[in-house]
Amino acid sequence: MSCSDFSGLDAELSAFTNMGGPTVRAVKDQFHGDLLEVSMGPQHPSTHGVFRMVATLDGEQLVKLKPVFGYLHRNHEKIAENTTYLGSMPYTDRLDYLCSMSTNWAYALAVEKLSGQAVPDRAQYLRIIMAELTRLVNHSCLVGFLFNDLGTSFTPLLYAFREREKILDLFESISGSRMMCNYQRFGGCRVDPSPEWLETARKLVENFPRFLDEYERMLTGNEIMLARTQGIGRLDPVHAVNAGITGPVLRAGGVDYDVRKVDGYGFYSRFDFRVPLGSHGDCYDRYMMRILEMRESVKILNQAFRDLPAGPIMDPKAKTRGFRPKAGEAYGRIESPKGELGFYLISDGSPNPYRYRVRPPSLINLTLLEEMCLGHTIADAVVILGSIDIVLGEVDR
Amino acid sequence: METVEQIRERLLARFPAAHVTLVTNPGAAAEHSLLLDAAHAHDLALFLRDDPAQRLDYCSNATGVDWPDKEITDVVKTTVPDPAGGPPKIVEQKTTHVQPGCLEVVYHLYSMALKHGPVIIRLRTANRSDQVALPSLTPVWRSCDFQEREIFDLYGIVFERHPDLRRLLMWDEFKDHPMRKDYVEPDDYEWEPTAHGAVLERAKAHLPPPPTPPAKEAKP
Repeated sequence: MSCSDFSGLDAELSAFTNMGGPTVRAVKDQFHGDLLEVSMGPQHPSTHGVFRMVATLDGEQLVKLKPVFGYLHRNHEKIAENTTYLGSMPYTDRLDYLCSMSTNWAYALAVEKLSGQAVPDRAQYLRIIMAELTRLVNHSCLVGFLFNDLGTSFTPLLYAFREREKILDLFESISGSRMMCNYQRFGGCRVDPSPEWLETARKLVENFPRFLDEYERMLTGNEIMLARTQGIGRLDPVHAVNAGITGPVLRAGGVDYDVRKVDGYGFYSRFDFRVPLGSHGDCYDRYMMRILEMRESVKILNQAFRDLPAGPIMDPKAKTRGFRPKAGEAYGRIESPKGELGFYLISDGSPNPYRYRVRPPSLINLTLLEEMCLGHTIADAVVILGSIDIVLGEVDR
Repeated sequence: METVEQIRERLLARFPAAHVTLVTNPGAAAEHSLLLDAAHAHDLALFLRDDPAQRLDYCSNATGVDWPDKEITDVVKTTVPDPAGGPPKIVEQKTTHVQPGCLEVVYHLYSMALKHGPVIIRLRTANRSDQVALPSLTPVWRSCDFQEREIFDLYGIVFERHPDLRRLLMWDEFKDHPMRKDYVEPDDYEWEPTAHGAVLERAKAHLPPPPTPPAKEAKP
């Protein structure tokens, strides 16, 4: 039996969906009982929010799994189309509420592309500093949550929270808010950090590898971790590329695609860093991607603190009031910690965007959730979902 | 990477029966796009995906856009000579015509193999009411799966040959398509007579009519 519902389609597609991947045995015979349908979520701690999976089980084995979305849907796009461009900047914080700094940047990038707005050098560096600090927050917490899903009950997560707290304190002192930062503006940033802030941040980043070593000593070789994640939830690169999977989940399968390298947006092309790649595409590789990306982020941050130029943080030509971009459209994308986050905007010359679209990496990374989970148990599905790294504020928008 | 015009020429050379129109983007980004005809969209998309010069193996973004009917006013200026011999008068004649609206899907394609992009393709429906079917590109790029479901949900575009076309974000019993520009939200909320202007105005519809004041007695 094929693993998906795509069998009635084109020859090329069925060839595509039948390439490798788990196949599940026929279930209705004398040796097997009836199928059991389990609705997991929306109120379930391991779904990381209000996400529901309708799983069909044959014994302990998953034979079908359908994700159900929309429990946190508030039509963010419609709300943004009814307000000004700047007015939805604070609302982008609420999409991916762990990474508001990078979501702000993606939106600012799209609007700057739409209006042809330049950004001063210092602001570009500050954006990179904020985005990479956000990546540290997201990845360290994700690893903690992944271990929660594996059953360690909060110990690794609290180690991650200890570091996250320090970074959130930095965000709070610069933007006034710990999670809903609302820091980027079209044509620059909102607040210039003081020398003391930069010194604190530099020290934090200097000490971060020690935390990573400690974290890895505790987790990477852990026997239960190895048994539960190696070979679980494999995703082969051909499927992943076709399904639009991005970010660490894609790179765990060995596909070298990082928007920071490909587009070189901001000043990323000036920085020396590597893109870690996995080879198996299983949950363990996804975990390792996060750890290795944090080490690369530390490298980027050290270079940013070293080279941070003096100067203005806002382009003097940037308009804060009466901002009306010329009619046209633009698609701006960044490498957010979850994957490729894009904003597509159409302007008709009015103060509100005519069309405002968020390309949510969390939602699209779930496209192959069923294929990854089939043949495994429910307990593995929890780990697979944890390793994909979703935030429901962004999935449902 | 080829320009959009070059891609268009190659597409037309390969599929002479297809209609491919260049849609220019007047904005600062200047990313022009190709409008494909619905009948050939699937073949054209497959060609773009598998063509060795393009290899657009990654569909990043698929989104709907609503273009409602637009009333356009044409002003025709005619010069009328003055019979009295003065300078001729310019008479403006205004005529209005309705530009029919449509629903549009926009796909942003990139190549992960060759690391270039984006190539933007668009599809348009015939109108916004009864002919809203378009071919699904999910058989070509699986990443359109959830995104086309979302467009079906919020815009009401029916994707033919989509393997699992259900609502994604709204519940199944929901009738309307909330992202359309003419969507009116249902008026069944519990109103609160607050002091805010817009809310108060709408709440007035639910209020009982004000009591008529008793007629004043005439003074003796």
